[in-house]
Amino acid sequence: MSEHFRSRIDLEFTVNGEAVELTVPAGRHLIDVLRLDLELTGSHAGCEHGVCGACTVLVDGQTVRGCLTLAAQLDGAEIWTVEGLTESGAIADLQAAFVERNALQCGYCTPGMLASAKTLVESGSVPSREAIREHMSGNYCRCTGYEAIVDAIETVARTRAGVEARVEAKVR
Amino acid sequence: MKASIGGYARAESVPHALSLLGEADGVGRILAGGQSLIAALNLGVSAGDMLVDITGIETLRGATLDGDRLVIGALTRHGDIARDPLIAEHAPLLAAAAPLIAHDAIRNRGTIGGSLAHADPAAEYPACVLALDATLVLEGPAGRREVAAEDFFLGLFETARADEEILTAILIPCARPGDRHVIREAARRAGDYALAGLAVVRREGRHRIGAFGLDDRPVLCAGAMAKWDAGDVDGMIAALAKDIDPPSDTQASASYRRHLAGVLLRRIAAELGEAQ
Repeated sequence: MSEHFRSRIDLEFTVNGEAVELTVPAGRHLIDVLRLDLELTGSHAGCEHGVCGACTVLVDGQTVRGCLTLAAQLDGAEIWTVEGLTESGAIADLQAAFVERNALQCGYCTPGMLASAKTLVESGSVPSREAIREHMSGNYCRCTGYEAIVDAIETVARTRAGVEARVEAKVR
Repeated sequence: MKASIGGYARAESVPHALSLLGEADGVGRILAGGQSLIAALNLGVSAGDMLVDITGIETLRGATLDGDRLVIGALTRHGDIARDPLIAEHAPLLAAAAPLIAHDAIRNRGTIGGSLAHADPAAEYPACVLALDATLVLEGPAGRREVAAEDFFLGLFETARADEEILTAILIPCARPGDRHVIREAARRAGDYALAGLAVVRREGRHRIGAFGLDDRPVLCAGAMAKWDAGDVDGMIAALAKDIDPPSDTQASASYRRHLAGVLLRRIAAELGEAQ
């Protein structure tokens, strides 16, 4: 092998706000670094070819597939998983709405659902149900039939938009 | 499954990436957004590749104007193509195509250069660059060359790019006032690869039609284009059926795809004001 190609890669990034330094095999997926090396098992490895969405996490504020991203590509990145998002309270309303509306049964898809839903409800507007379905179409759920998931996300989007409207009114 | 790779190197510039590809001795593979490559590696389609990661080459990201051409860097991500006002103004076809590709999480990583170089016959961008009459820029050890989109796609996942070359940019003639850009596709679920899709550009009464999911490669539908230019809508639909040679697979039969293509083209023609 040429000296410039490496089979192990030294990495520094932050996960859930904490600095992490580690050396990983060059082909290690982000999802496996999270689950196996860092023992953050909230995010799941499902289909492992980018279809099911169970491994969806946030990298630099955007959703990515943990199974289609090599950890080697993420030097310096800021990564958030369901564990950190739960601890920070950033998705507490989404989680409460999912429970309230029974938007999960086995829970396998839920961490990925929450990561995807987070970026949608943060947009500030209230998306149509069709837009919610389109946005969430990359996350498969085999239990709920999706109706409850769309309900929960719609509820949070409405509540957040309402709260923001009131805050804006006060500022004025 | 897990990807099995031979090695990984991070390129800091295009010349650096080219030298790494040279060192890889024929098994080098360019890693851009990775949304098709890593899926393929996970499925075991390829193993032992030496990955040359070009995602850190910032000069390959984003769109700029060069006279009456729009220059899109190969590493521009689908999400950026959907949101960039410069692309919306000068290549609205691409701005409309990007949201049709897969899902948010894929669009946040996948790149236009990666999609074109991968040349999936069911992907949106290859058909778009045919309809846009775009030019692809390749850089290799022997220098830089430009290849017309029409000459780039050679077959199933096969392009005019040599193994030691990198696709670095896409050059697109800017849309003029009055030009119309339309893309329509039929897919079973949001984000799926299309069963059939068409990208259409109308300029000064002339039409270019790029088809995807309808052959072993993206197709410029010359027969249908000539009939449309002559104002013969029924003749255009009949010609389209001969321009394409759709595959039959578990998703759809060839005859169904051919039917869908005709339906899509009729709808696009109606949208562009053609009497039916």
